[in-house]
Amino acid sequence: MKPPAFKYHAPASLAEALDALDAVGHDGKVLAGGQSLIPILNMRLAAPAHLVDINRLSELAYVRTEPGGVTVGALARHADVERDADAYAAVPLLRQGLRLVAHPVIRNRGTTVGSLAHADPSGEMTAVLALLGGSVDLVRKGASRTVGAEDFFAGPLESCIEPGEMAVSAYFPRLAGRTGTEFVEAARRHGDYAMCGVAAAVTLDDDLRVTRARAAYLSVSPVPLVLDLTEAVHGATPATARWADAAALAVLSIEPEPDIHATAEYRAHLARVLTERALRAAAQRATSTDVERTSR
Amino acid sequence: MTDTAPPPTTTGAQEEELHPIRLRVNGVLRTAEVPARRLLSDCLRHDLGLTGTHVGCEHGVCGACTVQVDGRPMRSCLMFAVSAQDHEITTVEGLERPDGTLHAVQRAFRECHGLQCGFCTPGFLNVIAAFLEENPKPSEEEARDAVAGNLCRCTGYQNIVKAVLRAAELRLEEQVDEDAPVEVDEVAR
Repeated sequence: MKPPAFKYHAPASLAEALDALDAVGHDGKVLAGGQSLIPILNMRLAAPAHLVDINRLSELAYVRTEPGGVTVGALARHADVERDADAYAAVPLLRQGLRLVAHPVIRNRGTTVGSLAHADPSGEMTAVLALLGGSVDLVRKGASRTVGAEDFFAGPLESCIEPGEMAVSAYFPRLAGRTGTEFVEAARRHGDYAMCGVAAAVTLDDDLRVTRARAAYLSVSPVPLVLDLTEAVHGATPATARWADAAALAVLSIEPEPDIHATAEYRAHLARVLTERALRAAAQRATSTDVERTSR
Repeated sequence: MTDTAPPPTTTGAQEEELHPIRLRVNGVLRTAEVPARRLLSDCLRHDLGLTGTHVGCEHGVCGACTVQVDGRPMRSCLMFAVSAQDHEITTVEGLERPDGTLHAVQRAFRECHGLQCGFCTPGFLNVIAAFLEENPKPSEEEARDAVAGNLCRCTGYQNIVKAVLRAAELRLEEQVDEDAPVEVDEVAR
């Protein structure tokens, strides 16, 4: 298993990288962490003619936390984002999702923006971006655009990034109000692709009653699926809310595909169990941790 | 077979461009000329003769090829040698001290019988050595979690987990020896 031959580009700046991508167009692919791309090359599932290696663009290796949310540069490794205390304080779902991304060794090299660009429907960060309503900044020579999560994912392993374009950063907004989040998943083996995963966010009002409950799913739809489950639990307290009803509501909107790892039925079952678990834990976090956050 | 189908994607038939590279491996500056697609794992083994790094699955699952890049463990089968320039690479050959004393993790593996066939061991050693730098006194659960990304088909992992905990002890003892003023009792805990 060796990768096919390609022409290697090693730009020293973003401008050089965009020039290279512009020149090679359709035949070009960006190499960042390579933790998904290189296995694909090793297994010869893809053979791009040109690889543009952005590992020298240290200008893109940043995690920036501002009042509104967290911006992650294209060369920030998963491990950098995961360990960033400010990012965790602003958007806890980032770390909650990242600790489930493969293994620590993979997270040392793989990049968060790269995993979004890879657009794997079983990728945790796709669900995180979708649930938070985040966005990705795409740049090409002489132009740039910002694409919201709802438009960014086009299909399994397919994002809206066009030839010549590069994802330079992703923005993960902080959720407003007294909101708690949780990320849970079920995999065959520790660190493996999840058969189903759920990222949940629950918002409470000042009387600690549920005003909003949402969940995002991985591995059960071609692109990250976000469901609003508020109607099943609206006005209830975290202790009295019927989280199982919210989970049952979610399952009505999920149509998983069967594969060698799990039947469609089993995935739907997992979705129900994990939804209940994630919502309950998110609500608990909203109750307990937010006092601390508002007092700052 | 004479229709307009594109030719096979491989360009193996034509001469491949070679890139001169400079790698800092185990503190020594090494040079090689490699095609861009040369994996770091293959470069270490074939071009530099450092066959201590083992290659198992070649898609990042087994962990046998794990080396340290600037002190962080990474899969050398999921990196290109051309990308590894300007970084400090540590392979299993670089774990022991210049005087030949084995690294605490290596001694712990020997003591605890943490290996049988030894194929997966270089990867484990690098992962654990880096892990203990970050977490010098791990719990058993943390030790187990630290090695969860590496596969071993012989040991059943029990002795590897023991070796992680033993390595932590040996490492702290070493530090006591080096900076004598510290109370031994305090460190033994």
